[in-house]
Amino acid sequence: MTSAVLQAINGVSLAALLFLLASGFTLSFGLMRVVNMAHGAYYLFGGYIGLTLAEKTGSFAVAIVGGGAAVVVIGFLIDRFLIRRTGENHLAQVLLTVGVAFVIGDVALALWGGDNLKVQAPAFLRGAVVLPGEIYYPMYRFVLIFFGVFVGALLWLLYHRTQLGAVVRAGVDDREQVNATGINVDRLFVMVSGLASFLAGMAGVVGGAFLTLYPGAEWEILVYALVVVIVGGLGSLEGAMIGALIVGLLDAYGRWLLPEFSYFVLFGPIALLMLFRPRGLFGREH
Amino acid sequence: MPDALLSVRGIHTYYGDSYVLQGVSLEQREGSIVAILGRNGMGKTTLIRSVAGLTPPREGEILFRGASLRGRPPYAIAQDGIALVPQGRRIFRSLSVRENLLLPTSGLARPRGGRWTLDSVLREFPQLAERINHSGGALSGGEQQMLAVGRALMANPHLILMDEPSEGLAPRLVQQVEGIMKSLREHGHAVLLVEQNFALAMSVADYVYVVASGRFVFEGPPAALAAAPDVLDQHLGVAGAKVN
Repeated sequence: MTSAVLQAINGVSLAALLFLLASGFTLSFGLMRVVNMAHGAYYLFGGYIGLTLAEKTGSFAVAIVGGGAAVVVIGFLIDRFLIRRTGENHLAQVLLTVGVAFVIGDVALALWGGDNLKVQAPAFLRGAVVLPGEIYYPMYRFVLIFFGVFVGALLWLLYHRTQLGAVVRAGVDDREQVNATGINVDRLFVMVSGLASFLAGMAGVVGGAFLTLYPGAEWEILVYALVVVIVGGLGSLEGAMIGALIVGLLDAYGRWLLPEFSYFVLFGPIALLMLFRPRGLFGREH
Repeated sequence: MPDALLSVRGIHTYYGDSYVLQGVSLEQREGSIVAILGRNGMGKTTLIRSVAGLTPPREGEILFRGASLRGRPPYAIAQDGIALVPQGRRIFRSLSVRENLLLPTSGLARPRGGRWTLDSVLREFPQLAERINHSGGALSGGEQQMLAVGRALMANPHLILMDEPSEGLAPRLVQQVEGIMKSLREHGHAVLLVEQNFALAMSVADYVYVVASGRFVFEGPPAALAAAPDVLDQHLGVAGAKVN
C-alpha cells in the first residue's frame, strides 16, 4: 500500500517535470508547426548552465533563471538562422533539429565532461518530508509537484485569460487569418518560441537536481516529452498537463510493477490511444 | 481616377502553379461598394487574396491610398486599413466572441482607433452581445458572419474585403447581410465584395466587374450589367434574371 502511494507521488512529481518541458514544446508546435527535436538538448544545456551558475553563485533561483535565459538566446539563434530556412518541410525540420541536438550534446560533453552531474538544490529542499502514513519522501521531489502546478497555473492564466494568450490561441486555430487581422505572426512566433526555450532550460535545471545531467539525458527526456505532447494533443496546454500525468504515472508504476517491461507499460497504452485517437486526447484537426 | 482608394493595375497572380489572374485592373472610390461577379473558379477569391497580401501578385501593382502594397506582408496591409471578411468566415473557434472581436485591438496589431469599439460593434450587432462569452465555434452561420464583419470593423478599416458573405446563409440572413453592407457604406467604409449571389451583389453595388477565366469581361454600374444580356448569359448564367 505504502509503495503504491509512493509510486503515485513519484509519478506526479515526474509529471511536473515533464509538463515544464512539454508545455513549451506543445505550444510552439501548435503555433508554428515546427517539430523541434532539439528540445531535449535545450533541456540538457539549460541544466548544465544552471549547474555552473549554482556552483558559482550558490543560488538555485539564479541557476533556474539563468539556465532558462541561456536557452532563450540559443533557441532564438537556432530558430532565426536555421529552422526558419526549412519553411513547412517537417522532415527537414526533424533532420536539422536532430543534428542541432547532436551538436549541442557534443559541445556540452566538451564543456562539462561525461560524468553524471547533479545541480545543487538549496538547503531547505534537501532531506525528506514526512507525509501522512509515515511515508518519507524526498523534499525536493515533493516541492517540485507544487512548482509544476504553480507554473501550470501561470501558463493557463497567460494562455486563457490574457489578450496575448488569445492571440496565440487564434494563431493555433488559423495563422493566416491572424496575419490578415494585422498581427505580425512572426513576432508572435519569436515570443512563444522564447517562452518554450525558457521553460525547457528551466526544466533542465529543475530536472538536473534529481535526475542528474549526463550525455544522452537529452534523448531520454525528449522521448518522454514527445509522448506527453502526442498523448495530450499537439498545441494543447491542457493536453500537456493530462499527458504529463499519464506518462509520469505509467512510468512510475511500470518501473515498480513490471520493471522488465517498463517501456512497454509506457508505450503500449499509448500505441492503443494513437489507434483510436490519432490526434491525442485534446488534439484537434489542423 | 485620382481620388481612388484602391487601384489594382494589371495584376497577374498565381495560386500554386495555376495562373489565376491574368492581368486584372480595377479602381475603387472611397466609401463605395464594388462587386466582383463571376462563376466559381474564375479568380474572385484570388483577387481578394491578392489585395490582402495573402497571395501577392507576381506582376502588376496594387495601390492603396496612393501607396504601393508591393512586398508588404498581410499584417502590414491590414494595419494600413484593409480588413478581410474571408470566405467561410474563419472565426477563431478557440476564442470567445469577445476575444474574436478584440483581436484586432491587441497591441500586436497596432490598433488605429476610430468610431468602432467593442461597444459600438455590439450595438450594431445585438445578437453578438447576447453571445459575447460563447466560443466562436458555437455560433450559427449567420452569427459567425456578423462576428466576421464585427471583427473586421474593430480594426476601423478604410476598406473591407468581403468574400462570399452570403454563402451558406438562409434567405432571411442574406437580407441581413445586405443591410449590413449598406450600413457599412453609410458609415463611410468602402467594401470590395466577391459574391455568387447575383441579386445581392446587384442590389448593393455601386459598380460591378464580371470576371471570367482570370480576366474582367465587363465593368460598369449594375444597371449597365442588367442591360447586357450576353454577359449575363455567357458569364453568369443568369439570363433573364430579374434585377431589383
